[in-house]
Amino acid sequence: MIKLYDYELSGNCFKLRLLMAILGVKYEPVAVDFYPGLEHKSPWFLQLNPLGQLPVIDDDGYILRDAQAILIYLASKYDPSAKWYPTGSPNLLGEVCQWMAFADAITSTASAARLHDGLFYDFDIEACRTGAHRLFRILDEHLWFGEDQGNDWLCSGSHPTVADLACFPYVVLSEEGGISRQDYPAIRRWTDRVKRIPGFRVMPGIFPAGPGPKTT
Amino acid sequence: MTLHPKISRCADPQLVNDWHSVADMATLATKRIHQTRLLGVPVRLEVHTNRQPTAQRMDLGIAIDSVEKYGFLWLCLGTPQRPPPEIPEARETDRHCVTGGSIALNVSGLRTVENFLDMGHFPFIHTDWLGVEPHTEVPPYKVEITAENEVLATECTFFQPVASPTAKGGFMVEYVYRILRPYTVCLYKSNPVQTSRMDSIYLFVQPVDEENCVAHPFLCYLKDGIDAPTVRWFMQLIFAQDKPILENQLPKRLPLDPRAETPIRADASSICYRRWLRDQNISYGAIPSAI
Repeated sequence: MIKLYDYELSGNCFKLRLLMAILGVKYEPVAVDFYPGLEHKSPWFLQLNPLGQLPVIDDDGYILRDAQAILIYLASKYDPSAKWYPTGSPNLLGEVCQWMAFADAITSTASAARLHDGLFYDFDIEACRTGAHRLFRILDEHLWFGEDQGNDWLCSGSHPTVADLACFPYVVLSEEGGISRQDYPAIRRWTDRVKRIPGFRVMPGIFPAGPGPKTT
Repeated sequence: MTLHPKISRCADPQLVNDWHSVADMATLATKRIHQTRLLGVPVRLEVHTNRQPTAQRMDLGIAIDSVEKYGFLWLCLGTPQRPPPEIPEARETDRHCVTGGSIALNVSGLRTVENFLDMGHFPFIHTDWLGVEPHTEVPPYKVEITAENEVLATECTFFQPVASPTAKGGFMVEYVYRILRPYTVCLYKSNPVQTSRMDSIYLFVQPVDEENCVAHPFLCYLKDGIDAPTVRWFMQLIFAQDKPILENQLPKRLPLDPRAETPIRADASSICYRRWLRDQNISYGAIPSAI
């Protein structure tokens, strides 16, 4: 069974828990004492990942680090429909990779702000928040114009991809870093759509969607 | 250094002359230097190469005393009238006694203490862990102010699907809540393995200012069937579920006027806490009562 080296409050760990829940993939979480124990910097963990970062998976001896890389691996291996990581379409795949890189930028701004405010990390909080707002503005406009074209998700096509799951957690947790999403209505509608994906699960700080619009 | 106009200095002698936990020693040792605030006063904590911590008031530029206890660094801005709280079970060797991971909250510390007492929110905020619908009833419990001037709520029971990391299935859990000091609260909870003994969770709340706090949890769990990282994992899982709820409470300070909010019977401990604060003239982090 897949082992997930996990920290409950990590958005990057959560996105893997989320994809595995959606795909119905069973896994065994291994709780790493990230805070305050700093177990991800301990010798045994550095052997798994010399970068000293979560998450890491061990799939029957195959060890992989980096949340975005793991999303791609899991979707490629465990989604026979190939919708979550659409290898069949060069254009769509290009978009997925583009937004996966965007997710990393969200991590280094919005997630950093959350670590600063909640867990006392020494980051330049104003730079983190300004950076996050710049990204959220770009994201909101992209989603708004996408909705106008009938697109519900980050990438074109009718099905969500790993890019949606990669960007979702630290957007939804942004208030914990003092980053309001009040000015981003299209982001709010998109996060609600993600929350209504069958199999969706929550983490602390992320709530389920309210009752959705009636479908006929 | 001038204080933010919204942030008044603390005028409650009981708080100024008491010890407050301000940092987890493990985090402090990693950071070496940590700047925080206590009762609105900026303080700088530093761990030196001999591992000794020191603390300095940034507003006056003077060193202040600090003590280490329960894995935390404690400061007193005035003249301490008593030591930090005494925790007898912290000496029991068959327990994991660990810090739980300090978390900052943008809300009054008094609100954080009050939330800790509340069982009514379990099924809605800690869904499938500390509560689950339709088991939403908070059965009547007793609450009193003891001879030691503590708030004590006993005979608290609640149906919990996963009451603790070692719980196997849901059961009626028994709780005792105790408010030791205005910003210090603890709960005792029946251990799922040794049902005659209780695990305890202390929350040492650091009043950063009137509308910000840091919750410093200290956990004393029986070792039977559980490791220390799992104890921390469960605490942080639960506490991070409370965080967004607490940070969205308005007003951010705790209203002490009995007419300010409408309580129900399940809020008996909260009513008692507010009255107890009012009777001791605690105003820092509160909206004082008009009457």
